[in-house]
Amino acid sequence: MEQKQLKRVDLIFEWDEKNTPIQVLDKTLQKTPDAIILEMIDSGLKGRGGAGFPTGLKWKFTRNEDSEVKYVICNADEGEPGTFKDREILDRVPEKIFTGMAICAYVIGAKEGYIYLRAEYNFLLKSLQQKLDKFNQQLKERQIDFSIYLRSGSGAYVCGEESALFESMEGKRGEPRNKPPYPTVAGYNSKPTVINNVETLVYTCEICRMGAEKFKALGTSDSRGSKVFSVSGDTTKPGIYELELGMPLKDFIDEFGDDDAKAVQVGGASGHCVPRKKFNDTIIGFEGIPTGGSMMIFNSSRSMYNVLHDYLEFFTEESCGQCTPCRVGCQQLLKGIEAVKKGERPPTYLEDLKKLTLTMKIAAKCGLGQSVANPFISIVDNFKEEIIY
Amino acid sequence: MSKYMVNLKINNIPIAVEEGTTILDAAKRLNFHIPTLCNHPDLSVAGNCRVCVVEVKGARLLAASCATPVSEGMEVFTNSEKVRIARKHVVELLLSEHNADCTKCFKNGHCELQELASEYRYGDHIFIDLVPFKHKYLDISSPSITKDTSKCIRCQRCVRTCAELQAVSALAVVHKGNHQTISTFMDKPMNDVVCTNCGQCINRCPTGALYERNYIEDVWNAIYNPNKFVVVQTAPATRVAVGEDLGLEPGHRVTGKMVAALKKMGFNKVLDTDFTADLTIMEEGTELLTRLKKALVDKDETVKLPMMTSCSPGWIKFQEHMFPDLLPNLSTCKSPQQMFGSLAKTYYADKINIKAENMIVVSIMPCTAKKFECNRPEMRDSGFKDVDYVLTTRELAMMIKQAGIEFDKLEDQHYDSILGESTGAAVIFGATGGVMEAALRTAYEIVTGKEVPFANLEIKPVRGMDGVKEASIKIKGAKPEWSFLEGVEMNVAVAHGLTNAKILMEAVESGKTNYHFIEIMGCPGGCIGGGGQPIPTSPEIRRKRAEAIYEEDAGMPIRKSHENPEVVEVYKDYLGHPCGHQSHELLHTHYVERKRY
Repeated sequence: MEQKQLKRVDLIFEWDEKNTPIQVLDKTLQKTPDAIILEMIDSGLKGRGGAGFPTGLKWKFTRNEDSEVKYVICNADEGEPGTFKDREILDRVPEKIFTGMAICAYVIGAKEGYIYLRAEYNFLLKSLQQKLDKFNQQLKERQIDFSIYLRSGSGAYVCGEESALFESMEGKRGEPRNKPPYPTVAGYNSKPTVINNVETLVYTCEICRMGAEKFKALGTSDSRGSKVFSVSGDTTKPGIYELELGMPLKDFIDEFGDDDAKAVQVGGASGHCVPRKKFNDTIIGFEGIPTGGSMMIFNSSRSMYNVLHDYLEFFTEESCGQCTPCRVGCQQLLKGIEAVKKGERPPTYLEDLKKLTLTMKIAAKCGLGQSVANPFISIVDNFKEEIIY
Repeated sequence: MSKYMVNLKINNIPIAVEEGTTILDAAKRLNFHIPTLCNHPDLSVAGNCRVCVVEVKGARLLAASCATPVSEGMEVFTNSEKVRIARKHVVELLLSEHNADCTKCFKNGHCELQELASEYRYGDHIFIDLVPFKHKYLDISSPSITKDTSKCIRCQRCVRTCAELQAVSALAVVHKGNHQTISTFMDKPMNDVVCTNCGQCINRCPTGALYERNYIEDVWNAIYNPNKFVVVQTAPATRVAVGEDLGLEPGHRVTGKMVAALKKMGFNKVLDTDFTADLTIMEEGTELLTRLKKALVDKDETVKLPMMTSCSPGWIKFQEHMFPDLLPNLSTCKSPQQMFGSLAKTYYADKINIKAENMIVVSIMPCTAKKFECNRPEMRDSGFKDVDYVLTTRELAMMIKQAGIEFDKLEDQHYDSILGESTGAAVIFGATGGVMEAALRTAYEIVTGKEVPFANLEIKPVRGMDGVKEASIKIKGAKPEWSFLEGVEMNVAVAHGLTNAKILMEAVESGKTNYHFIEIMGCPGGCIGGGGQPIPTSPEIRRKRAEAIYEEDAGMPIRKSHENPEVVEVYKDYLGHPCGHQSHELLHTHYVERKRY
């Protein structure tokens, strides 16, 4: 498998005085929308929120929809436990996000853009609004018929799911919708909508600045470019790091671990748990374990039962509650491992619960319920003793 | 936009269906049954119970067949291994959060979850019972609707019913995750919120989470009490529906059998709400003509038009909450049920020489809001509670079964007299547009001395299931005392289901309409689709019941309310004339403004 060594990259937060975001916008709008889409597809950029849908295709599908009204939405509902990179991006380089949105709006033909900011980040609202006013003014001066508005969430994890986010923006209860239709056909207000993660939008801006070739030079064939990681847990240097995609987890742990790491939860609560013995053969990227950026390191002092219990408590509470597999399934998993721990159910009950998570994976309505299998199976399989005894 | 055909395979059998068809409907056409719970023919698609999942070849996820449209070349499997395991899990998960005390449940035998559980016979309940950990809550605050959260499987049919069909949203989804539940504003008791008691949620609840407050034991006790004289009245719409709960197909008219059953059960007199439906027409028709005269001739600005019907207690409470400014537009007439109650305990009690305090009046109604209505403080004009107990059509069917009566073998019997005679005009009260049609048949004839100018007295524009219907009748040849109405175009409108009522009320409030008279029924289809009618309900079932109602009308010897001989008699004998003093004492009421929260 193609591998890269751990390499720090500085694209996201870099400030190129010769190519400020607004200059990138001016330069990019010289091109045709189709040319920009081709460049995005060529760059291999995949969504950085976790699901990894090719950004260029998303823009293309939305552009191809026949509708007077379309929207660009920046998903800044960064709710995955262990993820805090979007906050930093929103704080330090929001102009790059705005520019990415404006480019997208030009490509698909949208007149309105929204940033859906998670409620916990409301402390950013004031400064963000000031910078946004300035950017909107710059768009106006250029006679670009596009404006960006801020919307604040209300604190539900599930509203990071794109269709629940639309519902929330429309003033309804944040519950995921049935798909199809997908957002590119019927998103916010049932109009064609591009919804991209904060980081993805910044990379679109960067690709327009430096060209697809330079971006492609980073990462592997499946995982082009770099990614911002949120490193937390038992680490000597917690924080935000932009790294080239495609590195083995071993390299990552050598760099960030405390020499006692027994497991890494890659991709937050809904991601996978990788035990020490698999550090060598685990690639961080779409060919291995994809991640929205959360890397939680656990050393030998941690109980993996407690880790799993915490995650399951989180999902039990944060499920929107509308679909059966997720609403009841999460509760059963939580009560189930408690029962096994207490000896009220035999250890083999864990196998029944694993089967249940497989049903949740294919029968739940949205990504929340579908992904509970990831932490459950990876923790139970790798740390069965800790769960049982 | 023309629809084109999509080719797909279901369980390897090819089929072509119109674009936009769901997998569920396509499978139905091939006679593949896919179980559903949150799906309902009257409601929008939710896709949240996940019982109906199917496998689509090449797809990562199972598809909720109720919510997934077919696509070209799709290959669907409705009973693959993956599907069976997932479905079993989903049903077991639902059972784990459901308080499955089936034998004690009012919905025992009528529960869709129970049906599914018995269909699959899962013996090995692997999951942990979650009910004991839950906030268990039985809400019996409402005289109409009982809500048992421990039975709720969160399919949200009630929520969609309340919002989509009724525009009330008394029930809503609250909280999330394990705390997610269906509740009222601020979790207040059902009796303290905007609930109109229409009971449409009950008709669509798949389990026993919502059911009528039942008074079966109270009624049996009254029947067995030798000191009580128990009189029963039956509403128009019950006679075309009760058979459904007794093994008959929808659309069966069972008037005579129902009367026979009631007599066998031991009611002292079996009388007919249809009698007071005819009386309502006399009162309401006269009230309308009086309002028109005051407005058009006397130019009295305090008189409000359009006048609106007041037979449907769900609609009345809706109006009291939502459009209090339009309360003066409501007819002051009591509903036929309450007219019956107050007359029974005065006029009728005198006639048959029974003391009113010893009389118990029971109503058989297609309605749950009637249970609330009979408890309104205004409804005691006889000096007693005018109507003591209201039973739904469903409760009646249960009592018939309890009494061991073989319903389909019964010989038809007639209602007792007096207060048992009725007309075709009264029967059609049970279907949307019926009150309007009955009122026009009488009012037109009072004004002109001639029958309404419609073939066979059938005023077709106000019939049918359109949400809002309009009609105009030009008055020709008015009698001298009604000459001010000569040439007047009477504009009427009819709506059924409270969402349609809201549309119509907003139009009236906007001042852009010129209606004289409006009929509103709170439930979809009118009383035939009432919240107390047999379950299930669907547009198709309601259409069949309505057809039966109109058949009953067509077969009646008298089809105009003012020709009902017992009605003529009661005016001559007791009431004097319509809207007279005695009528106002007994047959009219007033309304109260209610807050929304």
